[in-house]
Amino acid sequence: MSLLEIDGLSAGYGDFQALFDVSLTVDEGATLAIIGANGAGKTTLLRTIAGIVPATAGSVRFGGHDLLGVPAHRRVGLGVAMVPEGRALFPSLTVRENLEIGAYSKRPGTWTVQKVVEVFPLLERLLGRPSDVLSGGEQQAVAIGRALMANPRLILLDEVSLGLAPIVVKQVYAALPAIAAAGTTALVVEQDIAQATAVADHLICLLEGRVSLEGPPAELSRDDIAAAYFGLAHTPSTEAR
Amino acid sequence: MVWVNALVQGLLLGGLFALFATGLSLAFGVMKFVNLAHGDLAILGAFLAVSTTATLDISPWLALLVVVPVMAALGYLLQRYFFNYTIGDNPLPSILVTFGLGVVIQNALLERYSADSRGLDAGSVETASIKLTDGISIGWLPLIVLLVAVGVLVGLQLFVSRTRLGRAFRATSDDPVTARLMGVNDRNVYAVVMAIAFATVAVAGVFLGIRQTFGPSDGPAQLLVGFEAVVIGGLGSLWGTLLGGAIIGVAQTVGNQVDVETGWLSGPLLGHLIFLLVLVFKPNGLLGRSRRTS
Amino acid sequence: MSPVDARPATPAPGAYRISRSGIDATVGTIVFAAAAVVLALAPWWDADAGLRTKLIPILLYLSLAQMWNLLAGFAGLVSVGQQMFVGVGMYALLSFAEDQGLDPYLSVPLCGLVAVLLSVPVAALAFRLKAGYFAIGTWVIAEVVRLFVNEWGYLGGGTVRGLTPATLGSYSKATRQDVTFWLALALAVGATLVVVAVLRSRVGLALRAVRDSESGARGLGVDATRTKVLVWLIAAFWTGCTGAVILLNTTSTRSDSAFSVSQWTALVIFVVVIGGVGSTTGPIFGVIVYFALDQLLDNADTWRFIVLGTIAALFAVVAPTGLYGLIQKWKPLQFFPVRRTLVARQPQ
Repeated sequence: MSLLEIDGLSAGYGDFQALFDVSLTVDEGATLAIIGANGAGKTTLLRTIAGIVPATAGSVRFGGHDLLGVPAHRRVGLGVAMVPEGRALFPSLTVRENLEIGAYSKRPGTWTVQKVVEVFPLLERLLGRPSDVLSGGEQQAVAIGRALMANPRLILLDEVSLGLAPIVVKQVYAALPAIAAAGTTALVVEQDIAQATAVADHLICLLEGRVSLEGPPAELSRDDIAAAYFGLAHTPSTEAR
Repeated sequence: MVWVNALVQGLLLGGLFALFATGLSLAFGVMKFVNLAHGDLAILGAFLAVSTTATLDISPWLALLVVVPVMAALGYLLQRYFFNYTIGDNPLPSILVTFGLGVVIQNALLERYSADSRGLDAGSVETASIKLTDGISIGWLPLIVLLVAVGVLVGLQLFVSRTRLGRAFRATSDDPVTARLMGVNDRNVYAVVMAIAFATVAVAGVFLGIRQTFGPSDGPAQLLVGFEAVVIGGLGSLWGTLLGGAIIGVAQTVGNQVDVETGWLSGPLLGHLIFLLVLVFKPNGLLGRSRRTS
Repeated sequence: MSPVDARPATPAPGAYRISRSGIDATVGTIVFAAAAVVLALAPWWDADAGLRTKLIPILLYLSLAQMWNLLAGFAGLVSVGQQMFVGVGMYALLSFAEDQGLDPYLSVPLCGLVAVLLSVPVAALAFRLKAGYFAIGTWVIAEVVRLFVNEWGYLGGGTVRGLTPATLGSYSKATRQDVTFWLALALAVGATLVVVAVLRSRVGLALRAVRDSESGARGLGVDATRTKVLVWLIAAFWTGCTGAVILLNTTSTRSDSAFSVSQWTALVIFVVVIGGVGSTTGPIFGVIVYFALDQLLDNADTWRFIVLGTIAALFAVVAPTGLYGLIQKWKPLQFFPVRRTLVARQPQ
């Protein structure tokens, strides 16, 4: 059952167009990994789905609803939550308050501060702290927890490994199974290809704003991926669009 | 004893200034919006009370029940459908728009009410006082104003730090785009903030009108006082606004006393000079958080 | 899929030059110069000074407007305190002409200098604030100056003071009318030329860079603070001189009106906003609108402020580049040669 259907999406920032005619489908409960070089449009894609970047053409359908007509702050209520690039925690709020504001839209569901702490035990002793004194890994945990508090059907994770030590990245990604187990659909933007292929049911590669490769990771060879990532001429082992 | 009395009266006056400056501080804290019409809005509130008391034949205290909601609604609408378009990186539009609005309010009031001084009659409470000692009395009215001011500031502080909407205020002030990702409608938040600012300034205006006579052109003087209170107290700190108000209040009463004795200086001038001193030596204000300068 | 090399070919050296003018700027400059000359000859074709009497306030407002625009539109310094330099200019003139016995007309530049002297400590204080708080800060400082002048018995600010017949007596009425008009014209034309000159200079380039991105400009080595201070001093000087000539025109004043924020700042701001902030021609358009409106409203004081204030407030939101900007949308014209364009050199 497809939860997210994107068709011919173009989007950008003023004069600068970042996405060109992107189409993809995500089934409910699946995890889609989006890879690509810097500037390929991965973050723009997530931001357009979340509503903070305007689309110039195409359509985004979420659970049967047309999402593009809905302002960003209402999309959370429909079940779309984002973990922004760079964490973007609110410095004026404590860790607990950051989590609590994640639930601002009052969408019904099972996620609570307690449940978030169960997934990220390191947060337990940090709840009362101001959020700007945490380490990168701790902030990432808060940012993910904050998005979970919205009880999302679809969670958008933008480069959660950015700036984190590999061991911390492992800890962060260790939480992903719990999210998938809850039935939440996830879009994961990742620079680290190995990490992306490890968590994904389906993989998409963006190159300069267009889809250069897609498929289940098992069916894509490393060469396929490298070619699609860098835009090299290559004889594909699977059909690349 | 005369000086102690000046100090006491100054602290009481400071309550009025702090109440007045609250809206200025709140608008700046949440949305970096400097409202140059803030003083004129207080005077507008006072004149609205004049009309309300005359038309409905009620006391200024009851008139508050009309004036405050009207002003709050006005603030909400103005912010939501006009001022919101000036929020952003460029400070020029908001300065120009609010400055223009202030001048328009002043002159519209002049046209409607003429330049004559007005007052609001609140009855015997205006002169009733508690006598502490010979030479020091605490007027009931200034005391009420001070208590209301403290109450409003405490209430706002609690609201911002303990409630869901208050969290939304803080989040929006940190990062309006990410706040939207949480489901917060930043345009609505800004409008609510301005509604609160208009409401508090309306109360301050009515109290001012009860306390002293006023005219259409008195807005700017109030704006400068409010601004000084906010800067002295520290940008972004509601407690700072209370402290700043107290300092300016004391400066005014002490300055006036000096004027009486020496014929030099004056209340407002001393306030301005203290403001300039703080600007030189402590530009972040006395309780300011450095994260929130400018 | 192979990557496409879409980079443009590097141009040969000397293939381009910076052009500052075009046919539109040339025409604009000629028209401006012609108007200035025609007005300079006014004592001959407007013998009874009927038109000149109406024009003097307009010219003085243009002078103030160009300077306010230089500060706010180009240097990002939105001052609501320029009235302090107007007032200082007036009282300096009173001091020089009445108390010191200097020639009132020759003292005008000295009044500008006094204003500049004041502007230095003011900048030291006000520049600590940014944006909206800078605006109110300059207003506060202007108030302080006003209160000082009020209290200072020597200047007699609290009461009405004027240029007495004793000071002005050596000049005939006709001469006084002529000279005052010429001074106002010189200030208006001069202010425009000063702004154009600044914009054409390296300082102007620095200002534009700072306006677009202060941190970027600093990174390139632009001393943003020095640039702003320079512009601040120029504006103070010219505003002070304008204040002195305002007094020559009205002959008497008191501190309330000399330092009036409504009279010398509010109207100026409205005029610039309506005409177009950040353009050299904007103030000229604005002043023309002000003149036209004043004729329509028959000089009604409050309505002048209400109408201009409302239009300015609306423009600030819906048409932030003013009338000049609206014209630009229709056709990108410039009236003075201040823009820098990259133009291909014709091959030899």
